[in-house]
Amino acid sequence: MSIETPLPVLKPADFASDQDVRWCPGCGDYSILAQMKKVMPTLGLPREKIVFISGIGCSSRFPYYMNTYGMHSIHGRAPAVATGLKSVRPDLQCWVITGDGDGLSIGGNHLMHAIRRNMDLNIVLFNNRIYGLTKGQYSPTSPLGKKTKSTPMGAIDNPLHPLSIAIGAEATFVARSIDTNIKHLGAMLSRAAEHRGTAFLEVYQNCNVFNDGAWQYATDRQSKTETTLELQHGKPLIFGKDRDKGIRLNGLDPEVVELGKGIKEDDLLFHDEKSPEPSLAYLLSRMRYEDGFPEPIGVFRSVKAPRYDDMINDQIEEAQKQHGKGDLDKLFNSGETWDVA
Amino acid sequence: MSTATPEKQLANVEEATVRFCGDSGDGMQLAGTQFTNTSALAGNDVATFPDFPAEIRAPRGTKAGVSGFQIHFSSNEIYTPGDTVDSLVAMNPAALATNLQDLRDGGILLVNKDAFDKKGLEQAGYETNPLEDGSLEKYKLHSVEMTKLVRLAVEGLGLSQKEADRCRNFFAMGLVFWLYDRSLDPTLRFIETKFGKKPEIAQANTAALKAGFNYGETVEAINTQYHVDPAVLPPGKYRNIMGNTALAWGLLAAAQLSEKRLFLGAYPITPASDILHELSKHKHYDVLTFQAEDEIAAVTSTIGASFAGAMAVTASSGPGIALKGEALGLAVITELPMVIINVQRGGPSTGLPTKTEQSDLWQAMYGRNGECPMCVIAASGPADCFYAVQEAWRISSKYMMPVFFLTDGYIANGSEPWRIPKMADLPKIEIKHPESRDSAADDFEQFQPYTRDDLLARPWAIPGTPGLEHRLGGLEKADGTGNVSYDPANHQHMTDVRQKKVDLVADDIPEQKVFGEKEGDLLVLSWGGTYGSCTTAVRHAQKAGKKVSHCHLRYINPFPKDLEGILRGFKQVLIPELNMGQLRSIIRDRYLIDAKGLNKVQGKPFSVAEISEKINEMV
Ligand SMILES: Cc1ncc(C[n+]2csc(CCOP(=O)(O)OP(=O)(O)O)c2C)c(N)n1
Ligand code: SF4
Repeated sequence: MSIETPLPVLKPADFASDQDVRWCPGCGDYSILAQMKKVMPTLGLPREKIVFISGIGCSSRFPYYMNTYGMHSIHGRAPAVATGLKSVRPDLQCWVITGDGDGLSIGGNHLMHAIRRNMDLNIVLFNNRIYGLTKGQYSPTSPLGKKTKSTPMGAIDNPLHPLSIAIGAEATFVARSIDTNIKHLGAMLSRAAEHRGTAFLEVYQNCNVFNDGAWQYATDRQSKTETTLELQHGKPLIFGKDRDKGIRLNGLDPEVVELGKGIKEDDLLFHDEKSPEPSLAYLLSRMRYEDGFPEPIGVFRSVKAPRYDDMINDQIEEAQKQHGKGDLDKLFNSGETWDVA
Repeated sequence: MSTATPEKQLANVEEATVRFCGDSGDGMQLAGTQFTNTSALAGNDVATFPDFPAEIRAPRGTKAGVSGFQIHFSSNEIYTPGDTVDSLVAMNPAALATNLQDLRDGGILLVNKDAFDKKGLEQAGYETNPLEDGSLEKYKLHSVEMTKLVRLAVEGLGLSQKEADRCRNFFAMGLVFWLYDRSLDPTLRFIETKFGKKPEIAQANTAALKAGFNYGETVEAINTQYHVDPAVLPPGKYRNIMGNTALAWGLLAAAQLSEKRLFLGAYPITPASDILHELSKHKHYDVLTFQAEDEIAAVTSTIGASFAGAMAVTASSGPGIALKGEALGLAVITELPMVIINVQRGGPSTGLPTKTEQSDLWQAMYGRNGECPMCVIAASGPADCFYAVQEAWRISSKYMMPVFFLTDGYIANGSEPWRIPKMADLPKIEIKHPESRDSAADDFEQFQPYTRDDLLARPWAIPGTPGLEHRLGGLEKADGTGNVSYDPANHQHMTDVRQKKVDLVADDIPEQKVFGEKEGDLLVLSWGGTYGSCTTAVRHAQKAGKKVSHCHLRYINPFPKDLEGILRGFKQVLIPELNMGQLRSIIRDRYLIDAKGLNKVQGKPFSVAEISEKINEMV
């Protein structure tokens, strides 16, 4: 019997690679990287068990900055690369780093399929509502009318909402956080890491060069308590500086109400991240600032379901139980054969 | 064992070619497969050519829906499914109309007379009934009321008429089995295993099979049986094998020989899907088969699996390979081992999905952005797939680079006898991975993923190994450290290294085999599925006293080192290809040799005669 050597106590700095980080000064990506390094030592995994896989984009440079295993792959395909890796090695913890263009435009197909398979991946989508690396074209999450280099008269395609997409693909874990809300972000990264199955985390990220202030309403000290709502499992949906507002269901639709004036906490919508039906999570994902709602942050949904990476390996075990470990000589000689003397 | 009755003659022939054709719902592929297996079990050398329509169910009775299966069997070694047909079974007028041109003069023609009704004739475009208008005079025509006879044979088994009619192919088989003096036993065993759970269907098929056989024995019009002696093949135990099966089994073998888990990432596409199907049946060999959402995910998951340390493979056909192009560049720059299989079909675009072609050679050689060389290996026939794909993995894992493996629809669906190897006799494929390191040790140095061995291979360090953490990616890497590098000199160096790795393989492959003299008037140079027709045509030419030799390439990138010398030993070089001259232009480019081409893109393999004719024209 081998004696397990205790895990060395790691510090955030142990997860920093020796490469210079090359994002623009002030980019929201720095904060996400810092939180990731902070969370890593708390996960109880040695560095070699962790793999970061990304696509292409500013955000996708991420793996180069982590002293773990990693791959900076090609545009949009990180979930598929991760799928191969994780199928072969379900024991590794695999993070997928993607952007709104990488994950929802060119890679939309793979994102959807990784999620529906419930591969045990932690997908972090850095949403800056712009193409950063290619210098500022509109992205699938840019709002209608957005003026960019490629849309001088304003964007005319409806934006996608990452969490609605993930929930539509039956994601078992869906969460949202904000680059500047570092405590919350750290907590969400931890929750994503703990989840077994696909954890999909959208992070509002500021691209201060090409789309500065896209999330200002949600990050501004003055306004953020009115424009965001921190979800807590089992708790009513309350927000506002004085925690005097809440979300109530009116039929099937949410509405903003003021507490007091005859409305009690019990009248509000209560969050249930474990609800087997994704309807509540979907409803939350559709609450938009522009429609007069606070945008929820936190865990929208966290449910258990079988994982593809487990099952693909279980099938091998099952097949071996049924047929024994494969014997190629037996296979070659099966069926009709004849001898030539 | 002869089944000939006194009134009937038994003629010994060296070889014969039979084709079953009918509507795609008529079970012609099954008939062909059964006849093939029976002939192989009788000890003949066999080569087959199944030919089916692209539509799953084209309208019944139309020419578009005709499906065929040709078997060439012989007491000598043979290499092709045969140019012309000795016996043709046509189950309906459309099948007759589309296949008659391949029946030799004086050949035997067995038709289902009952299908030659007004509607059937119209669908096939016949104005008069060919069975009656004398147009088939030069053949030995036997028009048999198969539908009627089968219905009679299965009477009392409680089958619907539709079910009864479905047994017609067994009747046709029975008759051909009698004609070629074949045993019914293998097919009876097949019926037992296949339909054992539906006794009435099993009984009906058996009855139809025997009815066909007995028909041959009793009907006076057919008075000669043919017998083909067993071939003298190298001693050993044999089985019949199809190209895609041999390929899948070759992958299983390569994985065991290299002690690896096998990962296949694939998206269904004709004619490559059977590789996915076959491997999916063998999960107990520690095989992970992943049916991806598209070919891009298929290849990128393969890259992920390779990074994770598996023997990673992706298999597709031309259109799918086109989608994989960008990712193959990632495979090249990350220097990860994997095998990329292209079972070629007619192109461009969707092209001729069920027909064969060799027109993706340039795609394999050049179909990527940037300077992106890849080793290219091609199988020459169904059984060769088994060995050639092991070779592809040996090279891939040894040099740490992706290897392209080419077959085609003709190889994939064709079959031939295969001498069954013993796993213990196959060469092991040794793969080493760097060992873990203690990152807390004082002398710990950062792992460098782009250090190289003598063969320029970089270490295959697998995630999960302590102390070897590193990052791969599609941005150019500094040699040694593997850090992202925009240094101009480094990019030149890395480009050179990636090319050199491919070039080095030339030192690691056998000398090019020459069939015939090493000098002469003409060298026929071929690759892939044209092997059989080329080698047969060259044999004929040599027998006729011509100074013609044959080289068949397994290694296309790099070429064997001695190839140039061989080519220069001949006054002329002929390169027959089922494309417009792709290998020819590579050869011309590489050696400035004025090779001539014989090129055809008709969805069909070369006949021996086509190549012979060209040889005769040149020398
Ligand atoms: C096949 C391919 N097409 C286009 C590009 C160019 N490209 C690189 S990154 C990018 C968009 C990145 O946007 P996003 O995913 O939002 O990432 P960000 O840079 O904003 O972090 C594009 C179009 C590419 N690298 N590969
Ligand atoms: S372009 Fe935008 S997203 Fe990219 S590094 Fe600069 S600030 Fe960050």
